[in-house]
Amino acid sequence: MSKRKPYTREMKSDWWLKDLFYSKYMLREGSSILITLYSLILAWGVFRLSQGEVAFNAWMEALQSPLSIILHIVALIFALYHSITWFSLAPKALDLWIKGKRVDDKIIVTGHYVAFAVISLFCLVSILI
Amino acid sequence: MSQAINMTDEIIEIEILRYRPEQDEKPFPQVFEIPYTPDLSILEALQYIKDHLDSTISFRWSCRMAICGSCGLMVNGAPKLGCKAFLRDYYPKKVKLEALANFPIERDLVVVMDDFIKKLEEVKAYLIPEVKNKPLSDGPYQQTPEQLEKYRQFSMCINCGLCYSACPQYALDNKFIGPAALTLLARYNRDGRDAGTAERMKIVNQEEGVWGCTFVGYCSVVCPKGVDPAAAIQLLKVESSKDYLIGMFKPE
Repeated sequence: MSKRKPYTREMKSDWWLKDLFYSKYMLREGSSILITLYSLILAWGVFRLSQGEVAFNAWMEALQSPLSIILHIVALIFALYHSITWFSLAPKALDLWIKGKRVDDKIIVTGHYVAFAVISLFCLVSILI
Repeated sequence: MSQAINMTDEIIEIEILRYRPEQDEKPFPQVFEIPYTPDLSILEALQYIKDHLDSTISFRWSCRMAICGSCGLMVNGAPKLGCKAFLRDYYPKKVKLEALANFPIERDLVVVMDDFIKKLEEVKAYLIPEVKNKPLSDGPYQQTPEQLEKYRQFSMCINCGLCYSACPQYALDNKFIGPAALTLLARYNRDGRDAGTAERMKIVNQEEGVWGCTFVGYCSVVCPKGVDPAAAIQLLKVESSKDYLIGMFKPE
């Protein structure tokens, strides 16, 4: 008779705390929660704008509360963390070949930062004008 | 060899997660103390333990030079090849060894790899030429260095299974085809001599195919052969998306 009895180890719910790599991955994915919150607040603002000036000003007022400012700073940190980690992974999802050679990872990453800077600048300038 | 090892006074502790199916309900840790030398690999440390301290300890190995892919195990929680990890990188701390994560333990450091092997078999990892039964007299299928470069790194896999141990998605749901098998699939899809892409895309497009991957990326970090499974899978996701879009406009 076979004495085989393969043992399956259970995956504990804190698996992502056991290795820094997994923790960073969860932070990257978890950033979506704060970015969702930020988007909802922004969408709420658009809704308040449709209700008239008084409603919109009340929303603007609420944004200046300490809680709102903290939330937005945390959301910004997470958004930046997500962007930076995503840019560093971007070369894995791009298959660019020029003259029979694969385009260097550094060029792809730098390209992302340049695009990021140009688009951010464009948004800021268009708000000011 | 073992006599030379005994010359040293320094001792290192090796903790091994033991599991003997005929007598144990569940795995348990056992600590061994062995003489430390900086050039000793984890695999050699295991061989020392088996030769001198406890002959019942079980582990797999063959080539001792990181090409057979047999000696994968968890070293302090990270998947490594026993022959390619060295005590000097852990000394004087204790080294904790455990069977490769995400696979069932057969005995001690030996895992059941059947599921991984089955997946390797499923991905049609062979050339499917466009012209069937090409006569031998026509000569071999030729290829330029550039065509080779498109898939070369994805062909370096030694099937050690370290990437499956590094993949939480495979751990959560082992229906996911997983890093090495998808990389091997990409290797053939990217081969200029192959015409089997359409057949393999059916495997790629499934939920258990590339879309089971959430781009954790640890597979590419632990690979002992410098293969980049995360990249292979992300590139396949691009192909899968293209396949989907084209399929929307093309009547069956």
